[in-house]
Amino acid sequence: MSIFHAMILAPLIYALFVPFFYRSFNRRLHTGWFVIAVPLILFIYLLQYIPKVLKGNTLYETVSWIPSLGIDFTVAIDGFSLLFGLLITGMGALVVLYSIYYLSKEKEEALHNFYVYLLLFMGAMLGVVFSDHLLVLYVFWELTSIASFLLIAYWYERKASRKGALKALLITVTGGFFMLAGIILLAMMGDSYSIRELIAQKSVLMTHPYFIPSMVLLLIGAFTKSAQFPFSIWLPDAMEAPTPVSAYLHSATMVKAGIYLVARFSPLFGGTGLWFWLVSVVGLITLLYGSWTAIKQTDLKALLAYSTVSQLGLVMSLLGVGSLAFYYEEGPLFTIFATALFAAIFHLFNHSVFKGSLFMVVGIIDLGTGTRDIRRISGLLQLMPVTFTVAVISGFSMAGLPPFGGFLSKEMFFQSMVDVSDLQEFGLGQWGVLFPVFAWIASVFTFVYSMILIFKTFTGKFQPQKLNRPVHEMPFGMLVSPVLLAFLVIAVFFFPNILSKWILQPSLYSIIPAAKQTRIGDIQIWHGLTPAFLMTVGVILVGFTLYKMLDKWLRIYRVFPQKLTLNGLYDWSLSTYEAQSRKITNRYMTGSLRHYLLYILSFLILTVTIALIRNGRVQLAMENFHAIGVLDVVIFIGIVLAALTILITNNRITAILALSVVGYLVVMLFVIFRAPDLALTQMVVETVTTVLFLLCFYHLPKLGKRMEPLKFKWTNGIIAVLTGFLVTIFTILAYNHKRFMPITSFFENSYELAGGKNIVNTILVDFRGFDTMLEISVLVIAGLGVYSLIRLKLRERDTDEV
Amino acid sequence: MEILVAILIGILVAIGTYLLLSKEMLRIILGISLFSHAANLLIITMGGLKTGSPPLLSEEGSTFTDALPQALILTAIVINFAVTALVLVLSYRTYKKNRTDNMEKLRGNEHE
Repeated sequence: MSIFHAMILAPLIYALFVPFFYRSFNRRLHTGWFVIAVPLILFIYLLQYIPKVLKGNTLYETVSWIPSLGIDFTVAIDGFSLLFGLLITGMGALVVLYSIYYLSKEKEEALHNFYVYLLLFMGAMLGVVFSDHLLVLYVFWELTSIASFLLIAYWYERKASRKGALKALLITVTGGFFMLAGIILLAMMGDSYSIRELIAQKSVLMTHPYFIPSMVLLLIGAFTKSAQFPFSIWLPDAMEAPTPVSAYLHSATMVKAGIYLVARFSPLFGGTGLWFWLVSVVGLITLLYGSWTAIKQTDLKALLAYSTVSQLGLVMSLLGVGSLAFYYEEGPLFTIFATALFAAIFHLFNHSVFKGSLFMVVGIIDLGTGTRDIRRISGLLQLMPVTFTVAVISGFSMAGLPPFGGFLSKEMFFQSMVDVSDLQEFGLGQWGVLFPVFAWIASVFTFVYSMILIFKTFTGKFQPQKLNRPVHEMPFGMLVSPVLLAFLVIAVFFFPNILSKWILQPSLYSIIPAAKQTRIGDIQIWHGLTPAFLMTVGVILVGFTLYKMLDKWLRIYRVFPQKLTLNGLYDWSLSTYEAQSRKITNRYMTGSLRHYLLYILSFLILTVTIALIRNGRVQLAMENFHAIGVLDVVIFIGIVLAALTILITNNRITAILALSVVGYLVVMLFVIFRAPDLALTQMVVETVTTVLFLLCFYHLPKLGKRMEPLKFKWTNGIIAVLTGFLVTIFTILAYNHKRFMPITSFFENSYELAGGKNIVNTILVDFRGFDTMLEISVLVIAGLGVYSLIRLKLRERDTDEV
Repeated sequence: MEILVAILIGILVAIGTYLLLSKEMLRIILGISLFSHAANLLIITMGGLKTGSPPLLSEEGSTFTDALPQALILTAIVINFAVTALVLVLSYRTYKKNRTDNMEKLRGNEHE
C-alpha cells in the first residue's frame, strides 16, 4: 500500500465520516468546509509529481488486490493522468467552495448525501485515470456512473431529476458493458490486463481477428461516457443535478473520461484507418449537432449542456485526426498530427476551465433571479457586474476569441482540420475537405450561442416584472471560484508556454513518446495570416451577422420534426421494453403453484433425459440383482393398490387410511431389507401421522369429485408418468453405479470407536451427532410452527384482507 | 428384487406427482407423503438390498448390510414427520382464513 493508493482511496474513506460531520456541526458550520480539505490537500500533493513526470516517464506503484485472479491495483502516474488528477482535484476544490454558497445549509435537508456522493465520485474518477489494470479501471469507471446517477437524482423528489438520473445511468452503464467486453477481448488477445503491456504488444495484436471488435466495443464505452452522438441525449437531462455537479461532473471531469480512454488507447489503436474514421467523424458530427442544437435552447443550462456535447466532439475529432501520428511515426506529417493530439489535450484543459466557470455563472444567475430561462432574463449587467465579467471572459474563450485561452486551442484545431484535408491516404480523397468545413460551420454556431449566453442575459433592458424576486450580486465566497477560473482563462492566453512545458507537453509525451524529439507544444500567440486565423476572422464576421439576425432565422428549427428525436426513440424503447417484459413475465408467472411445479418437473425431465442420452453410457445392466421372493411380490402389489386407492378415491378417510397402508407396508419392506431401526421408527411415525391426519381432516373440506377438464388431467398424467419413469431409471443406474468403495466398513468398528453395538444408532448419536442435533432443531422449529399456527390469533391487519 | 423396488419407486413417484399437481390441498399433502416413501426406498436401494445381516454387532454373521443409508433414512423419516405435521396445520389455517382449499384460487399475484 503506497501513499499514492491511499491518496486515491482517501476521498472514499473520508466520505464515511461526512455524515458524522454533518450531524455534529452543520448548524454552526457548512459541511462543505470539512470536505474542501480533501481535494485541496490532494491537489497540492499531486503538484509535486509534476517535475517527476516531466520527461514523459511513468511511475508505478503496485498493490496485489485479488491475487488468485491476477488482479493488481497498479497505479501508473504519467503526464496525462496527472493532468486529469490535477483537474479532478483542482476543479473539485473550487466546486466544493462554490457549493458551500450554492447549497444553503438551512434549506437543504440532505447536504451530507451530496458531499458523500461528490467524494465518491472524486475517488472513483481518480481511480479511473490512475489505474493501469483494465478491470480496476472498469470498476472505477462504473463507480463514476453510479456517483453521477446519485448526484443527478440529488433532488430526488423532482420527477425530472429521477428521469434524468436513470437515463444517464442506463446509457453510460450500457456503454460500460460494451467496454467490459472490449477489455476482455483485449486481455484474451494480449494475455494481459495492463494498458502499458498491451500497448507494448501492438504489432502482434494488430493482426489478431479480435482487434477490430475490441476497438469498436471500447469506443462505444468511451462515446457513451463522453456523450458523443447519438449517445449524447443523457447529458442535457443530467442538468437536473445541482449546478456545482454540472460544473464538476458534466463538463469538467466525468464526461472527459471517454476522452481519456480514447487518448489512452490511441497508441494501441491509432494509425489504423477505422480508428481514425470512427473517432474523427463521430467527433465532428457531435461537434456540429451539439452547437446547432445549443442555439435553440432557452434554458441556460441546457444551452451549456449542448455546448459541452459539442466541445467534447471537438476534442474527440482532434484525437481522431491526431491518431494518424501513430501511422507516420516521423517526418513532417508526424509533427502535424502529433500537434493535433497536443491541441486535443490543450483544448480539453481550456474547456474544463471556461466551461466550469460558465456553469458557475449560470448557477449564480439561477440563484439570483430564480430562473434560467433566457426569455425572462435580460439586462443583468448593472446588477451583477462581477458575474458579467466572468461570463464575458469565459464565453469569449468558448467562442475562440483572443485574448483568452480558448483562442489558442481553437486555432490549433482549425489548423489540424486544414492539415488533414490535404491528406490523400485512408480513403480521404475529396472527402478531406469536409473536415475544415464542418469545423468552421460548427464554430460559427459556437460563436452564436456564446453570444446568446452572454448578451441575451446581461445586456438589454432589465425586466424585473418577469422575475419573482429582487436581483443582486452574489456574496463574495460564491464568486471566488468563477473569478479564479476566469483569471486562469486569461493567464493561459498570455503565458501558454508555462502551462505547456509543465503540464501539456508531459501529457503528450506519455501518449506519444516520439513527440519528445519535436518542438510540438511551443505555443505562439501570433503565427501570421494562416488559414486558421482567416477561419477565425470568418467565424467572427459570419457569427456576428447570424447573431444579429437571430430572430429571422431561428424559425428554421421548427422545420425539423419534433417527434422523431433521439429522446423520443429513447422513451419509446424504454416504455416498449417495460411493457413487453411485463407481458412476457405475466404470461408464465401466473401465481398458480401447479404451473410452477409443471415448469420445474418439465425442466427436470428434459435436462435429465438429454444428459442421459448425450452421456451415451447408460447401460441398464440387469445384473447384481437379488432374487424376488413371494412376500416381496405381495407387498409390492399391496403398496401399488393402496397408492392407486389414494389416487382414485374421493373419500377423505379412505385416502388417509390407504396412505397408512402404504406406510405400514413400507415398514415390512424395511424388515425384509434388514433394517430393524427403520422399521421401528417408521412404525411409530406412521401411527402418529395417521392420527394427525385424522385429527386434521375434520377441519379440511371434503375431497370433491374431480371436475377438472381433460387437458388438465392429461397434462398432469403425462408429467407424472414421465417423472416416475425417470426415477425408476435413475434408481437402477444409481444401484449399479459403484465407482467408490462403500465407507460403511468404517462404522462397523462402532463398538471400539463409540461403544455401541447398533451401528445405525452410533452413526446417529455419535459419528454424526451434530447432524442429529440439527435434525432435532428442525423438529423443534416445526413444533413451534405448528403450535403457533394453531394457537395464535390472526392479527387484525391480516383478517381485514379476507 | 432391486428392479421390483425400482418400479415400485417409479409408481409411487408418478402417483405422488399426479397428486401434487391437483387442486385440493389435502391431495397435495398426500402426494408429498408418497414422495417421501419413494425417496426413502431409493436411498436404501442405492446401498444394496438383502446383503449381509442387520447392522447390529450382536448379530451373528460375517458381513452386515450397509448401515449408512439406514442412518440417512432414519433422519429423513423424522424430518418428514415434522414437515407433514407443519403442512397439515398450515393447510388447516389457510382453509380457515381463505375459505377455500383450491390452489387455483389461492394465487397471490393480484397485489404485485
